[in-house]
Amino acid sequence: MAVDYLYPEYEIIRNYDRCINCRVCERQCSNEAHEYLGDMGKMVSDDAKCVNCHRCVSLCPTRALKIVKSDHTFKANANWDAAKIREIYKQAASGGVLLSSMGNPENFPVYFDKMVINASQVTNPSIDPLREPMETRIHLGAKPSKIERDKNGRIRKNLPPHLKLSMPVMFSAMSFGSISYNAHESLARAAAELGIYYNTGEGGLHEDLYKYGSNTIVQVASGRFGVHRKYLDSGAAIEIKMGQGAKPGIGGHLPGKKIVGDISRTRMIPEGTDAISPAPHHDIYSIEDLRQLVYSLKEATRYTKPVIVKIAAVHNVAAIASGIARSGADIIAIDGFRGGTGAAPTRIRDHVGIPIELALASVDKRLRDEGIRDNVSIVVGGSIRSSADVVKAVALGADCVYIGTAALIALGCHLCRNCHTGKCNWGIATQREDLVKRLNPDIGYKRVVNLMTAWQHEIKEMMGGMGINAIESLRGNRLMLRGVGLNEKELEILGIKHAGE
Amino acid sequence: MFRNPSGCAISGIISTSGRRFSGKIIVDSIAAMRERSNGLGGGFAGYGIYPEYKDYYALHIFYNDKLSKKECENFLEEHFDIINLSKIPTRKVKEITDEPLIWRYFVTPLPTKLADSQLDEREFVVKCVLRINTAIDGAYVFSSGKNMGVFKAVGYPEDVGRFYRLDEYEGYCFTAHGRYPTNTPGWWGGAHPFALLDYSVVHNGEISSYDANRRAIEMYGYKCTLLTDTEVITYIIDYLHRVRGLTLDEICHVLAAPFWSTIEGKPQEERDELEFLRYTFGSYLLNGPFSIIVGFEGGLMALNDRLKLRSMVVGQKDDMFYVASEEAAIRVVQSDLDRVWAPKGGEGVIITLKEQENLAKAG
Repeated sequence: MAVDYLYPEYEIIRNYDRCINCRVCERQCSNEAHEYLGDMGKMVSDDAKCVNCHRCVSLCPTRALKIVKSDHTFKANANWDAAKIREIYKQAASGGVLLSSMGNPENFPVYFDKMVINASQVTNPSIDPLREPMETRIHLGAKPSKIERDKNGRIRKNLPPHLKLSMPVMFSAMSFGSISYNAHESLARAAAELGIYYNTGEGGLHEDLYKYGSNTIVQVASGRFGVHRKYLDSGAAIEIKMGQGAKPGIGGHLPGKKIVGDISRTRMIPEGTDAISPAPHHDIYSIEDLRQLVYSLKEATRYTKPVIVKIAAVHNVAAIASGIARSGADIIAIDGFRGGTGAAPTRIRDHVGIPIELALASVDKRLRDEGIRDNVSIVVGGSIRSSADVVKAVALGADCVYIGTAALIALGCHLCRNCHTGKCNWGIATQREDLVKRLNPDIGYKRVVNLMTAWQHEIKEMMGGMGINAIESLRGNRLMLRGVGLNEKELEILGIKHAGE
Repeated sequence: MFRNPSGCAISGIISTSGRRFSGKIIVDSIAAMRERSNGLGGGFAGYGIYPEYKDYYALHIFYNDKLSKKECENFLEEHFDIINLSKIPTRKVKEITDEPLIWRYFVTPLPTKLADSQLDEREFVVKCVLRINTAIDGAYVFSSGKNMGVFKAVGYPEDVGRFYRLDEYEGYCFTAHGRYPTNTPGWWGGAHPFALLDYSVVHNGEISSYDANRRAIEMYGYKCTLLTDTEVITYIIDYLHRVRGLTLDEICHVLAAPFWSTIEGKPQEERDELEFLRYTFGSYLLNGPFSIIVGFEGGLMALNDRLKLRSMVVGQKDDMFYVASEEAAIRVVQSDLDRVWAPKGGEGVIITLKEQENLAKAG
């Protein structure tokens, strides 16, 4: 129907003075936006197929291509913007739920951008990380509640199972299936080289990656895909996924067409069947059930590994976290509403959940008020975009952060938000063999290592500026933050003062 | 209330033989470092100064007015047996003005109250002190140990010493503080030493980990009302030593924890211990520049931050040990030293009375 026709959002601009008809763009585009017209001897493009992923632009040898936002527009309307009108046309045509990928792109306040960091002047010295030791090493896990001594009075090192990290960053859960083998391998190798951890996500762990097990967190989600004894034993920690920031309250769905070959084997489900993760765990309908799963997993791994419980940041997150902290979990991971995803219903992604900064601040405060903050470590994600976000999250009270999108961007992701189509031109969110091989893990892992190394340098510089040389002295040190342009309620929840105070 | 970063001078003197000496010596020592203070706070802690009441908690209390005194005394009578009470003797000194009412009580917990509380005696006293300081407006307990006392005021320390007639006290150990805050608190309770039970802390520096430390210790019933580093350090020491049972040596390894790289180079047993302490008590690492002298019953502990960003010197002559921000403050009271050294960053110096050591050996 004519009404369903939408002029493309982006236009491919080709400079024909530069185009040499090499057809690289045509070969690179999995969306088939480019085509060579042999009889006319020229390249043409179909803007409607373009997802603005920049693959062709990046590989064009003569810089003949660019993608611009179309200036085609609906009549200006502050209430009915183009996106809303388009979505209605789509739904009127299809009758379906809108799907989208990556994090919430809507214009909600980003509290990280409204907080600034302190530095030393005069009364205490800043510390130069190039000259003095600067420690970013952390541990994740419960703190021992009692001190045991041997007969000579020497303290026994009876530490609970925990993770040791060279810096307070981990790669968050992205399943094998939602991202490619090469993406997984890149993250696994980067984690191993950096002395941190990556997370399998809910799709099990490919056998070839077991060798990075000491830097792997294995996830147990509601679908229980790929969970078996060897899998649990292979990881350094186990994460129970209760929720995800991008889609709190709903489950997951990996379409059958992606369940092929190794993915089917790793997930332990037949090829071609949809992998459906239920919204809840059907053995967890309340907190006491969670406790049973925590202890089942601990029992299964002989109490050698810490257990993480991951939840989405929702309204009642502080009370939920308090319950988790008393459930035997060693680590709580909280995922904010900007967290990324391979595919989520658009409405859920954009409207459900709360910002991670507020969730973190209230969880940290609640656990301290109840005197149980030492029972657990707190990891936050969704979305941490830079080393400054890491520093601010730690100062608010996090032990560590999870990054997903940032790591994928290091691997080449251009945030076109079309992961759900499975045709990722950068070889990340796809299982098409020709596309997957575009991501070379030898190069990919190195780029992720570079990114983390750069962040670590920056974290050290900011710590040194504050006169702090161990990251544990930054954790929960909210006096190191000030708000800019926040109202009193926001400041109260964040537990920080306004700049100038 | 705002947090006041500050520079400072500190000094401590102890006789390991337990010989009591006049408070005048510590006043002379801290006076030598007048340059390091700015007249906005000075104070002293003396140990062994109340031998006749050594079995009773000596509460030194500032009152804003008679009303707060009355309210506080009602509270004290409900919870303690008051053996003796008096104004703390002072002399008029023109440099010291606006003094509050300053009273001293020798007390012991009422046995029935103590039994009802199901707390041990020291915990009971701590709870009562924190209760008065947070709940009774205008009353502030600034000293609460046995056979020890804190004397502090707004002013230069040598004037504070004269004001409190410190030369008339004799003790086996004294510590002193001259304060250089960067704004005007104008409140006597804000001066140092800061004390809880027999733990007293004088501190030079500004810890950049303050809010991390504060938020950690407040989980365990302490309430930091003064927003000073010294207050939080005192609570941490009380918590680690009295509540968690760490030794002073172990506490030094928490407050100024060795770098991980240093820990990794240690022999296995020591490494295990250090790793345990840092893993468990990382929130109590004091980061940023500090030198502190901690007084306690039977001894004194001196400690620098792990980078040694504040000066601190130790001297010894026979049974006398001296600790000060500057060597000059030691030389001015004892020019003939057997030994003088600057402890390394993070290297705690713990000096205890010989009789205690002997007791420990015998026990």
